Amino acid sequence: MKKRNIQFDLNNEKISIEVEPSDVLMDVLRGKLGIKSPKAGCDRGDCGACTVIMNGKTVRSCLILAVEAHGSGIMTLEGAGSNKWTKKLQKKFHEKNSFQCGFCAPGVILSATELLEKNPRPAAHEIKEAIAGNLCRCTGYEPIVEAIAEAAGGKTQVTGRK
Amino acid sequence: MPIVTEFEYVKPKDMDEALHVFSLYKENAMALAGGTDLVVRLKENLVRPEVVVDIKALEELAGLSLKGDTLRIGALATFSDLIDSPLIKSRFPLLREAALTVASTGVRNRATIAGNICSAVPSADSAPVLAVYDAEVLVKSIRGGRRISIHDWFAGPKKTVLAVDEIVAAIELKPPAVKHAGCYMKLSRYEGEDLAQGGVAALVLPDNTYRVAVCALGPKPARCPKTEAALNGSKLNAKVLSRAKEIILREISPISDIRSSREYRLHMTQVMLGRALENAAARLSGKGPKYGERNIV
Repeated sequence: MKKRNIQFDLNNEKISIEVEPSDVLMDVLRGKLGIKSPKAGCDRGDCGACTVIMNGKTVRSCLILAVEAHGSGIMTLEGAGSNKWTKKLQKKFHEKNSFQCGFCAPGVILSATELLEKNPRPAAHEIKEAIAGNLCRCTGYEPIVEAIAEAAGGKTQVTGRK
Repeated sequence: MPIVTEFEYVKPKDMDEALHVFSLYKENAMALAGGTDLVVRLKENLVRPEVVVDIKALEELAGLSLKGDTLRIGALATFSDLIDSPLIKSRFPLLREAALTVASTGVRNRATIAGNICSAVPSADSAPVLAVYDAEVLVKSIRGGRRISIHDWFAGPKKTVLAVDEIVAAIELKPPAVKHAGCYMKLSRYEGEDLAQGGVAALVLPDNTYRVAVCALGPKPARCPKTEAALNGSKLNAKVLSRAKEIILREISPISDIRSSREYRLHMTQVMLGRALENAAARLSGKGPKYGERNIV
């Protein structure tokens, strides 16, 4: 099929690139643009490892055609360093040793950033709901949830149900 | 996983242009809104369209609005749009309660409720709530438009009555004019995100009339008229509930699959029916759990 030229903002940089209509955004980011923070996990929207922020909202880059990104603004973890919430989260995730293998980390961090942008003082159940679509197979979530709560200035003990 | 099917991509600016493409390509054209189902189906090579029609530039499909008492949900409204809308929160909290159970935030930010009913999986979480509200699906084609009752919409698992040249423009629903309350209960394997093992929506009206609908408990989501008839005219009490719980088993036909056994679904349907009705009745009298709070553990 005819290649198409698409333009979008990637981490505040203007991108112009040729893609096939069937190219998936995640593959273009990783394979053609060298953006490696979105990971290929389940490849069907369940695991959240491929999360990027598109026009201010977290999305699954594995479920978006690259052509759909034309005209949009995309932020990946590579470009999130200047965000005030991402910075706070980074510090707390580090302190709490929240991640082990790190595969889920880009997705978790962007989901947590979206949450705190919308709701700077989330309750524990709101934190859990916000990262419910980001599967972590290492830490059991507790240090992740605690780090997000602390980044928001909340209490540290959020273990247990609800 | 790359998509192996080669297709053209078009993003029409106006409705006529879009409808023309569907009229020309028919079953070989597929509408793309959120893409959370379509892209998975493309990757798995379950669909092989010649053209993918991105409908996101069609302004008349956007937004949520109230006209009189009728809520119009544009075909492009996402589950996050529903959840974040003050209008939905205040006037249609039952719809919000169901939307909150769908997948996870990152999927809800793209997935549309119209897409949910077009995918027509038996476990579609939006369907029971649309059914208790007697929603209508507004569809359009180059031949004109028509309204399809949600009760006639589903034709079977992953099948609807939508013709190949038609697209959904909006979903409309008119809530009962009297004060009412509802509850959507979704049973799933874990709290985070899952498809429903079973879902039950209940709506309770002050004159002791009841509406009940289910998903994931048969080949298509559906109302349960016999269960409703057993309840109508009575206040909720142990005897009436017990009878309704027997009758609903005759109206559902769950299968055993990877998510649950048939027997477990049958048993839990009775539990969910009782709790959904009790929660809805409690909410009607200003008590009961808050809408959107997890109501099943």
